[in-house]
Amino acid sequence: MRYLRRKLVFYLIAVWAAVTLNFLIPKLMKGNPVDAILAKTQNMTPMSADARHALEVQFGVTHDPIWKQYLQYLGNLAHGRLGLSVSYYPAPVSKVIEQSLPWTVALVGTATILAVLIGVGLGMLAGWRRGTWPDALIPSTTFLAAIPYFWLALVLLYLFGGLLHWLPLNSGYDVDTTAIGFNGPFIGSALYHGILPALSIVVASIAGWMLGMRNMMVSTMAEDYVVTAEAKGLRPARVMLQYAARNAVLPSVAGFAISLGFVVSGSIATEIVFSYPGVGTTLVAAVSNADYPLMQGLFLVIALSVLGANFIVDLLYAVIDPRTRQAA
Amino acid sequence: MTELAVSHLSKTFVTHDRGRRVPLRAVDDVSFVLRSGHTVALVGESGSGKSTIARMLARLVRPTSGEIRLDGVPVPGGYRAVRRYRGTVQMIFQDPFASLNPTHTVGYHLRRPLRLHDVAEDRPAAQEAMYGLLARVNLSPAELMAGKYPHELSGGQRQRVAIARALAPRPRVLLADEPVSMLDVSIRLEILNLIERLKREDDLAVLYVTHDLATARYFATEAMVMYRGQVVESGSSDDVILRPAHPYTQLLASAAPDPTARRATTAPRDLAAAGSGPNGGAGNRSGRPAPDGGCLFRNRCPHAMEVCRQPVPVFAVDATHTARCWLYRDADQARAHAADAPA
Amino acid sequence: MTIETQADVTGETVPVVVPRTRRPGWRGLLRSGKLRAGLGIVLFFALAGLIGPLFVHDPERVSDDQLFGPSAAHLLGTTNTGQDVFKLLVVSSRGSLTVGLVTGVLATLISIVIGVVGAYVGNRWDEGLSLFSNVFLVLPGLPLVILVTDYLGSRGAAMIAVIIALTSWAGPARVLRAQTMSVRGRDYVDAARVSGEPAWRIIGFEVLPNLLPIIAAQFIFAVLGGILTEAALAFLGLGGSGSWGTMLYFAQNAQALSLGAWWWFVPPGLCIAVLGAGLALINFSLDELINPRLRVPRDKANRPATAGTP
Repeated sequence: MRYLRRKLVFYLIAVWAAVTLNFLIPKLMKGNPVDAILAKTQNMTPMSADARHALEVQFGVTHDPIWKQYLQYLGNLAHGRLGLSVSYYPAPVSKVIEQSLPWTVALVGTATILAVLIGVGLGMLAGWRRGTWPDALIPSTTFLAAIPYFWLALVLLYLFGGLLHWLPLNSGYDVDTTAIGFNGPFIGSALYHGILPALSIVVASIAGWMLGMRNMMVSTMAEDYVVTAEAKGLRPARVMLQYAARNAVLPSVAGFAISLGFVVSGSIATEIVFSYPGVGTTLVAAVSNADYPLMQGLFLVIALSVLGANFIVDLLYAVIDPRTRQAA
Repeated sequence: MTELAVSHLSKTFVTHDRGRRVPLRAVDDVSFVLRSGHTVALVGESGSGKSTIARMLARLVRPTSGEIRLDGVPVPGGYRAVRRYRGTVQMIFQDPFASLNPTHTVGYHLRRPLRLHDVAEDRPAAQEAMYGLLARVNLSPAELMAGKYPHELSGGQRQRVAIARALAPRPRVLLADEPVSMLDVSIRLEILNLIERLKREDDLAVLYVTHDLATARYFATEAMVMYRGQVVESGSSDDVILRPAHPYTQLLASAAPDPTARRATTAPRDLAAAGSGPNGGAGNRSGRPAPDGGCLFRNRCPHAMEVCRQPVPVFAVDATHTARCWLYRDADQARAHAADAPA
Repeated sequence: MTIETQADVTGETVPVVVPRTRRPGWRGLLRSGKLRAGLGIVLFFALAGLIGPLFVHDPERVSDDQLFGPSAAHLLGTTNTGQDVFKLLVVSSRGSLTVGLVTGVLATLISIVIGVVGAYVGNRWDEGLSLFSNVFLVLPGLPLVILVTDYLGSRGAAMIAVIIALTSWAGPARVLRAQTMSVRGRDYVDAARVSGEPAWRIIGFEVLPNLLPIIAAQFIFAVLGGILTEAALAFLGLGGSGSWGTMLYFAQNAQALSLGAWWWFVPPGLCIAVLGAGLALINFSLDELINPRLRVPRDKANRPATAGTP
């Protein structure tokens, strides 16, 4: 229980850090969203002072001292108010994010789970039987590990979409023919469109998991308790799974945070390639439109999601490793 | 004549067990004196606190209470004072594989203390001094040895390097923490003899920490036996080892597989009650009683009595031989009323 | 097989059979095929980046040969503005390599200061710094980098490298901290203290040399991360001056994919991948130096009969 308590405190601090960072960065830079709006609408009638003030109120641009702004910001967050988007004006940021978040979560979540399962599984086999075919894959995985996600996406898209016409070229679903909703055609279309993006992410990230697991398997296998289990005559599969793999997988779980960071980064770029309607595309569009409120909101949502995922994995770690439940 | 005096030294560690802070009294009110030309043996099993005492004397661990005085002067803090102290009090570690930095040569290990304590004025002098040290510990040819890395040496050679390093600043006190425990049995005697010779040559005060009674007797003039942080017996090494008074020492002596040691078949002298007590004849090996002030050994002691639940003072078994055991209360009182008489 | 002696738990020395594997000292390391391959690749690109641009004249020159495939005149074809892809490729290597190198050096330095010093000093400092690194670790890197880069506006390669380094030092710091804590408990550190070494010398000369293989591995990792992150940034349009990522950005913008101009977008990514693989190979062999059990036995005679026998 102490472990959980410590983790909870840690994540609260991390959340606070993310929130504060999000607040601070634009404050340290020049410009505010109202100017951005004005720049967009400049060709129309020049704005009156009243209108400008109204805009400022809407966007929450005040001229109060920093600490007061900070408190206002926190208050807004607590109510889920992330401000108004500049490029989708007057749609609130939360609405925009709401629409794109599920796509990303579905894609990244599925791809990561797949990559972890396959990668760890292959790594386990590679470490278990040195010198057999999974082990021979290892040097090539170093190549895979270095491939930029989005480039792989480009290549795969070109191959399967452009040349072979097996898979669709872009979007999250068939925009022309299906409507969004929990209906069969939509889900089927979404899955179909999701294959390539997911495939890119899986292939690009699998190498890391595989390598890490394999190295740990090799170390674990030399431990005395594994040798004892083998000597006792237990079935090899059982020794591999219950004794070796179970311990070897721990550092991978512990190192999940680092890996997730890479996955998130890679996914953003991958979404662009496929024009996938997720958070990544929205973020990049926001950047090119100088939509600062939207950018901030997106950063916050991404950061919180990553923190949440890490927290879940830490809980999982407590379940897998009995030592954490005992020791302080 | 150098004297390192330890008085009422204690160390309590704070451990965490399932969220609670549990104090561990590693060293409990220990006092003794190290003198030039004499070796004092500190004997005990793992967890007895003997290594902690050595580390406190080496200023690697801060005592919780008690005093350490070098030549009558307690060592203050402050950079210079500590540096001087370190030039006077040196230590040899137990594990020859771990006490040398694998990334540095033998020469580097020796040059550093020479530099730090200004033993040599310039580089040629330092070089000479280093070769001299290697010669003293019988590592030759010195030029070849100086360039070697630890992994190229055997355990015995590494320990010689460790000894040379300890001698570099010309100390007057040497703390040897189980210097031969991790060496092949065949070379233990060599290393111990080396330390003995160096002690004589430099008139060192030596603290010899060990778990091995036999070498303690061979090597030291005085011996102290420790059990779970307390000194349970002390006296001349012959007395303590050949005529052990405390039941724990007797246990150690009977367990030592050393054919030359005389078995302590005699019952402890002046035994008040033999073989009876709450634990019956055989020692109850269920281990640790809570530190409630009573004798820490009573759960394993074949002679445990009711009074053993009381805090045990140190009694005199003989003129120079003391034991922390209720068995000797009467003998001690008797001596206090009568003239000294050999038992 | 070699027989080594080891001290077991009771302090007695016991023989231990160690299967004969290559034991690379620093010089012997070069005999590893993986290391040679990795170093070869990296050196090749480094040279290409250093002196390649000197041989390439006027890489930005536009021409009328738009979107031509590879030919004798243009080894890798042309872009939509008629620029020679091969020339661009060579010149862009500088951008990617510079950012990678600077990021690697900076991130490693920061992680050493925070990880090693924090772990050695201990107590509150260590707890605080450790918390600090862990928080930075879980904050997602790329979004943060995007945010900061966009706000900063300036796109110099050095600036980008600094930003990437500031968001990626946490992982190596954590690893170094764990290693330092392990080294700190070793007897030779205590022996150095007893000899009278001052703390800064112990950190610098006793602890750090034992961490070198790990630091080297983290450095390579950081360089790799820097190159990949810069590529991603450039691809999103936030990049600095010419790098492979920028090439991909232009290719994407010009719809190279739908136009089938594979010679434009395949080579830059391929360069990143190959260079990255080279770096990863070096890291791989460093791993084997750090953990001897990972070495694959050289000859069949020593190959373990059943899986798992050490």
